[in-house]
Amino acid sequence: MPNIDMDAPGSNQLFIGNEAMARGALEAGIGFASAYPGTPSSEILGSLAEVAKKRDIYVEWSVNEKVAIEAGAAASFAGIRSLVAMKMNGLNVVIDFLSTIVLSGIGKKGLVLMVGDDPAAHSSSNETDSRPVSKWLDIPLVEPGDFQEAKDMIPFLYGISEEFGTICILRSVTRVAHARGNIRLGEIPKVEHKARFENYFDPAAPMPTSIMCVPSSFRHMFQHMRLDKIREKFESSTYNKYVGPEKPDLLIITSGSGWLYSQDAVNALKAENRIGILKLGTLWPLPEKLVKSCLSKSDKVLFIEETDPFLEGVIMEYAAGFSPESKRNLFYGNHTRHLSSFGELTPDAVIKAITGVLDIKYAPRDAEYMKKVEAVPQQYIMDRLLTFCPGCPHRASFWAIKDALAMDGRHGFVTGDIGCYSMALGPAGFFQTRTHQCMGAGAGLANGFGQLHRFGFDQPVVSVVGDSTFYHSIIPALVNGVHNHSDFTLVILDNGATAMTGFQPHPGTELTAMGEPAAQISMENICRAIGARVEICDPFDLKNTTRTMLDLIEQKEGAKVAIMRRTCELVRQKKEEKPYKMKIDPDKCLGEDCGCNRLCTRVFRCPGLIWDPVLGKTRIDEVICNECGVCADICPEGAITREAVA
Amino acid sequence: MNKLAKDPVNVVVAGVGGQGNVMVTLVLGNTLVHDGYFVTIGETYGASQRGGSVMSHLKISAEKQFSPLIPEGQADIVLGMEPVETLRVLKSFGNQNVVTVLNPRPIHPVDFTGSGSGYPNMEELLEQVKGMSAKTYVVAATEEAQKLGNPMLANMILIGSLIQTGLVTISQEAIEKTIRDMFPKAVASNIKALKVGMRLVSILQ
Repeated sequence: MPNIDMDAPGSNQLFIGNEAMARGALEAGIGFASAYPGTPSSEILGSLAEVAKKRDIYVEWSVNEKVAIEAGAAASFAGIRSLVAMKMNGLNVVIDFLSTIVLSGIGKKGLVLMVGDDPAAHSSSNETDSRPVSKWLDIPLVEPGDFQEAKDMIPFLYGISEEFGTICILRSVTRVAHARGNIRLGEIPKVEHKARFENYFDPAAPMPTSIMCVPSSFRHMFQHMRLDKIREKFESSTYNKYVGPEKPDLLIITSGSGWLYSQDAVNALKAENRIGILKLGTLWPLPEKLVKSCLSKSDKVLFIEETDPFLEGVIMEYAAGFSPESKRNLFYGNHTRHLSSFGELTPDAVIKAITGVLDIKYAPRDAEYMKKVEAVPQQYIMDRLLTFCPGCPHRASFWAIKDALAMDGRHGFVTGDIGCYSMALGPAGFFQTRTHQCMGAGAGLANGFGQLHRFGFDQPVVSVVGDSTFYHSIIPALVNGVHNHSDFTLVILDNGATAMTGFQPHPGTELTAMGEPAAQISMENICRAIGARVEICDPFDLKNTTRTMLDLIEQKEGAKVAIMRRTCELVRQKKEEKPYKMKIDPDKCLGEDCGCNRLCTRVFRCPGLIWDPVLGKTRIDEVICNECGVCADICPEGAITREAVA
Repeated sequence: MNKLAKDPVNVVVAGVGGQGNVMVTLVLGNTLVHDGYFVTIGETYGASQRGGSVMSHLKISAEKQFSPLIPEGQADIVLGMEPVETLRVLKSFGNQNVVTVLNPRPIHPVDFTGSGSGYPNMEELLEQVKGMSAKTYVVAATEEAQKLGNPMLANMILIGSLIQTGLVTISQEAIEKTIRDMFPKAVASNIKALKVGMRLVSILQ
């Protein structure tokens, strides 16, 4: 991680997009930042947290996105520039608050929301595009086209936010937020933050007033008047630019990641003299005059966008209102199937879209090489399934859950949630998870399943959640379950961190984002206070964990909780040496003749265990194995042994 | 900063989650940016710590900022941290001129392990890789790193190998400066690994 607050104005650095945004926030002189982690947005707050004390700003990982944005808004209300960050799923969580702050307006200092979208859902349970929220809720929205803009747009956006008194959104996508590129650093100002909540002067009202969203219809009108003024401002923004010939054969209109991809594609096709690119950085309100003048450059217009055809929709809608005398364009994009509204945008997708409109030939590899490509045997490059890390406590937890459900014998199942343990949908968790939606959904679903006994439902239901997820969105579901006598078992996989997104702290951990001692909120105390039976076990103690699980799921009534507590292996290994020396006795391993169906390499499937086809026995890959010791309890022949390291 | 014979230079780093793929591109990228180049890095992630295929795209330019993804068939260099992953990347991004630097140490996918077909025959796999590369340097990086006492040093050995090929315009001094900046607690071991990697390629040259 680079030092995002390095005092080297004018120097060039290699920053990940999120770090560039965080640097931009420092250069904008923010005083407050709050977020809930989520790929691809997590490094914004993570990198600010590292410099928070030194720069005298407040940074927190909030319990969830809704609290994050409300906390951030309070700072703005009290006159502190404030930043809130989240991934697109988080945007769904905060929509209700957004719909009112857009009416109430902000405080005297700016409020910027940074949303990271994850096209292709590399690390997400959905693939939504955040941009339409700008049009839907009347919020100004910008989108950086490269790394420098990811930094520079932040001070720009605070300027807009404060000049017009509105929250603003910066949308980025994985290939901007989570890619790395050159950044030329600017100055970080020294700001004396002074917070005070006073009678607030609302430019829409003649008198000092409260910050409020009512009367809503009046304030809705006022927000539209603000948007008209912001539109004027955006018309001349340098974040919108046209490059290319004056009369191109094809005009590309793009934003975000599409800007660099479009340039790469035009470059690869050697079509610089035939194609012009209008790159928009300020997307909403749409700079209509600029768009209109560019539409007159070419008959053919191709929209290049990542995920939804947002610009395609708003620009075609706008153009449909031109007077009948205006020249009409031929529009290409998602609606003509030249581009998809799902999956990731790539340079190849742009090349394909362009060659689908213009007659340009493209063949990056010669025919002889293509023959070799086609001749690569598929079995040499079969997919690698994702799995838990070697030594991950989740593998042991799901092993215990699997065995307990099998022993119970009533076809019980797991409702899943969002985290590394989502992989329990597949072989990593022995296919135990049978539902997978958004954060918190597994426990809500378990509430419903747990009421169906009156309709003959007799399957045990186990909701498996992570520790950070528990605090984020499970507590209301547990309250509901206990209150209404729903029958289910909640399993909290407590590995002591928000592991999937990079080990951020949560309300159960010892330290805050800024590294200060936190008031640790005990999950067992919460669960007990709600009235649930709570059992705590160490998943590496497979026998006891399985027995506890069986006992819980066989208890007839009510919501019960098992906390499976064991530190994330990636956190542990940074602090401690490996606990065991693992060995496999080749005389004891009977291989295919054992009758165990190679339990260790076919079912347990830890990457640290490999099958030696020559010897016909299992081996330990000493480079991969983290020597956790669990597999010693899996082998029925006792061939795998662990020896404690002194 | 020198003008590049081909601009941009496209490098794909291929490996498996947990190997240190991101670290490799960061060492190269930081060095190049400080030498005045434009660098863009795109990573596969999500799979990054969980045994999945992982690759990073690294584009180096003396002229401008490029996008973080390399178009199909347009890699100039493949830095292979794992043989199956190297072949996978060559199939998508290789071409008649691509040069490959490869660590032949396999990482067994759990599904190969379970399915019984097992990991592909290594000799055949390396033949495929060589057949799809204009030139291939096979560098026993993990083996050498284990001799140095830490298998993770395989990454720095591969970086040493790459710079010794002369395919990227990075000097040994510049990498050593990056090592001092990025790994202040492990300067000596990393520089040693770097030199091992350079030596292994110089023998092949």
